[in-house]
Amino acid sequence: MTRIQSALATLLGVGCLAGLALPVSSMGSPVLDAPAVALFAVCGAASLVRFRIALPFWIDGLISVLGAVTLLAALPEIERAGIGYWMLLLAAWASAWLFVERLLDLGPIVRQDRFVRLLVPICFGVWILVVWEAVVRGAGIPSVLLPPPSAIGVRLLSSGAVLWADFRQTFLQAVLIGYTLGCGSAFLCAIAIDRSPFLQRGLLPLGNFVSALPIIGIAPILVMWFGFDWPSKAAVVVVMTFFPMLVNTVAGLAASGSMERDLMRTYAAGYWQTLFKLRLPAAAPFIFNALKINSTLALIGAIVAEFFGTPTVGMGFRISTEVGRMNIDMVWAEIAVAAVAGSTFYGVVTLVERATTFWHPSVRRG
Amino acid sequence: MTRFREGRTVPVLTVLAALVVLWYGFAIYLNAAWQLDLYAKAKTDWTVSDLVADTLSQDRPVLPAAHQVFVEIWNTTVEKPITSKRSLFYHGWITLSATLLGFAIGTGLGVTLAVFIIHNRAVDRSLMPWVVASQTIPILAIAPMIIVVLNAVGLSGLLPKALISAYLSFFPVVVGMVTGLRSPETQLLDLMRTYNASAWQTFWKLRWPSSVPYLFTSMKVAVAISLVGAIVGELPTGAVAGLGARLLAGSYYGQTIQIWSALFAAAALAAVLVILVGIANRLVLKRMGMAQ
Repeated sequence: MTRIQSALATLLGVGCLAGLALPVSSMGSPVLDAPAVALFAVCGAASLVRFRIALPFWIDGLISVLGAVTLLAALPEIERAGIGYWMLLLAAWASAWLFVERLLDLGPIVRQDRFVRLLVPICFGVWILVVWEAVVRGAGIPSVLLPPPSAIGVRLLSSGAVLWADFRQTFLQAVLIGYTLGCGSAFLCAIAIDRSPFLQRGLLPLGNFVSALPIIGIAPILVMWFGFDWPSKAAVVVVMTFFPMLVNTVAGLAASGSMERDLMRTYAAGYWQTLFKLRLPAAAPFIFNALKINSTLALIGAIVAEFFGTPTVGMGFRISTEVGRMNIDMVWAEIAVAAVAGSTFYGVVTLVERATTFWHPSVRRG
Repeated sequence: MTRFREGRTVPVLTVLAALVVLWYGFAIYLNAAWQLDLYAKAKTDWTVSDLVADTLSQDRPVLPAAHQVFVEIWNTTVEKPITSKRSLFYHGWITLSATLLGFAIGTGLGVTLAVFIIHNRAVDRSLMPWVVASQTIPILAIAPMIIVVLNAVGLSGLLPKALISAYLSFFPVVVGMVTGLRSPETQLLDLMRTYNASAWQTFWKLRWPSSVPYLFTSMKVAVAISLVGAIVGELPTGAVAGLGARLLAGSYYGQTIQIWSALFAAAALAAVLVILVGIANRLVLKRMGMAQ
């Protein structure tokens, strides 16, 4: 056992012993009032035997699952958690960590396994949710400050229609249209600029500079110009996505080597043939890089632009008004939708990249 | 002549000049409709030169001309005392202090987490996928909630905004530093092992120095994004003070010139911050003997 493993094992065992001895609720009721939790505590305390007899690593996984399930299930009975409950929660967390430590210690073959690569972060994510739920409900944190994940989940399911309308307004209209227009026009601009080295030298430093500026500040101006509905948000998205795409495409068009270009010349290829058959494929990794950066920027731009004025629908509008009405669970539900939309968008761009630039070394991986 | 052909100054200046010309063209074009309306109502005769002069000097133009914005910036910086509520320095400082505090917190936490990640495999495998995934989600959307919730527990003013900045600048620093701390080659790490160096010594004598260029690269991104965080953090509290508040107040009252001047102030602030990080980068790398 490594040092950190024995520390975690001790924490697990001692935490469970403390949980058995100390009251689990603030009313002072002992752990035996919640038999399932007591079972977990006994199992955890019994795991101290590992310092004599080696236990297989999956035992720790089982203990942590048992801990998570029983501790959450006991919440309605004990209402306000006592010191023993927190000790048990800490012990269950330690067992989950111990499980991951020992799983990754099994050797390089296990570490490279696809399932393990997925399991470990999922395990962490689930435990964050478990601790969040237990702390919020156990300590009685008012839901206007931080709602428990279960309440957010209920809200996600119960107000699907509102969320879908917001999603359609913000994502399907402002983001997608703005993204297409912004990236498309920047792409065409880049090809035009590429023909003039003078413009290249003039625009590239400026483009790089502009991408460091808080462009989002242009939102109130564009809302004034294009009105409250989605076109103004799409305009913000166009401005935000334009410069990363321009800079990356220009850099990408310069990426093909002079040897390859000379080869095209010996084939008597014209400008357009060279562009389509050599330079654009060579620029594809750069272009996709910009498309990926822009997928996040576009969503941020559309949501923040809605803070400056919208019709009564849209993700940014919903976030800012529900915050004002202290419906924090609705805000979290909206943020969850935005997170899923953002990572799906990014994922789709990545999939398209894999499918179109499969030949490139950065995708091929050896 | 070679300088003209090779250098970047002339092309950049040309492009800038073209942008200014475009700006004036658009200002005249966009403001003309309202001005023509005004002429028609007053039944005045007008010439083209009148129209140009008037469109460039409206009180609430659709697009203010460049000189109007700069006069406004001059009036609200040099002409006003710094303590005045109408001084851009006053608002800029409020935003800047939140930005810098948040940037410091975010960078500190980011570096700390990166150190944990490279030293513990379980932390690495559990956290890194989430840190990478968090780059793809619009975390700025969470800003109003953080402000309002912290307000409800009695925290207001500088700290909530700084927390948003910290949150935004945190992720680029983590990703950059993990790459940086892993950048020493196996050869060098093996050499440290043959010297019987402890993990602590390997960290301070090899990993940390070789991660410094990565740290500065991510700090450049982080400082720009933490300014955005501070500006957006000023929106939900309802335009009290700061550059974000100037933007919001300008958009409530249709003060376009005020919006543009706040926008330019924010851009200047971002440029100064990024340039400062760049200068620090060059100085530190030179001092460490790593300058290219």
